[in-house]
Amino acid sequence: MTVSIADWFKETANWVFILLAIPTLLGAWRTVTSNNIVRSVLYLVVSLGGAAAMFLSLGAAFVGWTVVLVYIGAVIILFLIGIMITRAPLGMKAELSHASNVRMPAALLSLSMFVLVAWGLIDAFSNTAIEPFEPTPTSDIANLIFSRFVVPFEVVSIVLLAALIGGIALARRDDGGGA
Amino acid sequence: MELSDYLPIALMTLLGIGFAVASILVSKLLAPSNPTPEKLAPYECGIVPLQDPVERFPVKFYLVAMLFVIFDVEIIFLFVWAVSYKEFGWAGLGAVVVFMLMLIETLAYVWKRGALEWNVARRQRYRRIVAEGHLEEAA
Repeated sequence: MTVSIADWFKETANWVFILLAIPTLLGAWRTVTSNNIVRSVLYLVVSLGGAAAMFLSLGAAFVGWTVVLVYIGAVIILFLIGIMITRAPLGMKAELSHASNVRMPAALLSLSMFVLVAWGLIDAFSNTAIEPFEPTPTSDIANLIFSRFVVPFEVVSIVLLAALIGGIALARRDDGGGA
Repeated sequence: MELSDYLPIALMTLLGIGFAVASILVSKLLAPSNPTPEKLAPYECGIVPLQDPVERFPVKFYLVAMLFVIFDVEIIFLFVWAVSYKEFGWAGLGAVVVFMLMLIETLAYVWKRGALEWNVARRQRYRRIVAEGHLEEAA
């Protein structure tokens, strides 16, 4: 079943998508073009918030709130502290723009990534109309985690443990004193 | 949750953004703009900084951020469990406790190593002064 352009605009969900995609893209654009690195991080919050809202609009409430809690709540904090403890320039006058010899490969890489993902999506779904679906309740995910995937769930804690040990190893002093 | 259930949240978000933008715009339009160097100077905010601070922040902050991220991810999994913990009963509680112990043990290790101690040098100096018996220096 093919979908015409006119049909596409009749669907409310598509308008919601456009409404969410615009701030997401603007935030992403300003993240890489802003001259102030702290502002870049704050624009990244806008972009991630848009992504989270998109997950919500797809009915994936758990994934959406995970993005809010982990990415906006925690990873952004990690970024800000990373900026704090390195010698990154914090002021307004900081010149963050790189020379064009860095810009071109970065642009090419982004473009090829975009082409790859877009081509994959178009190749797989261009002729499929996705039927209206029910949102996934979080309790369904809970039922799966605590029945079929209970061992992977415990393994996740070991992954987190490994991440913590890595963090401690990076941050500790080796003089035998405090960590 | 249906998509339409998020309508109040979306409306609230739009109202919030609209209020902030409108406030900034109105104050830009209505306020007289006549800045002088004296007006732009920080008022009663201490000495004006001449340069960026040279010293880096202690790397300890990074460890705290790292701990925060890890326990934030843990909360995500606890959230899944909390949605329907009554269904899972003791087996679910056991799974969660094993999961949490794995991370709490690291917290205990970090705590014991003194990574959560702040201001170690100053406290040691204070203890030394107290031990030597002249408290007035500590003030």
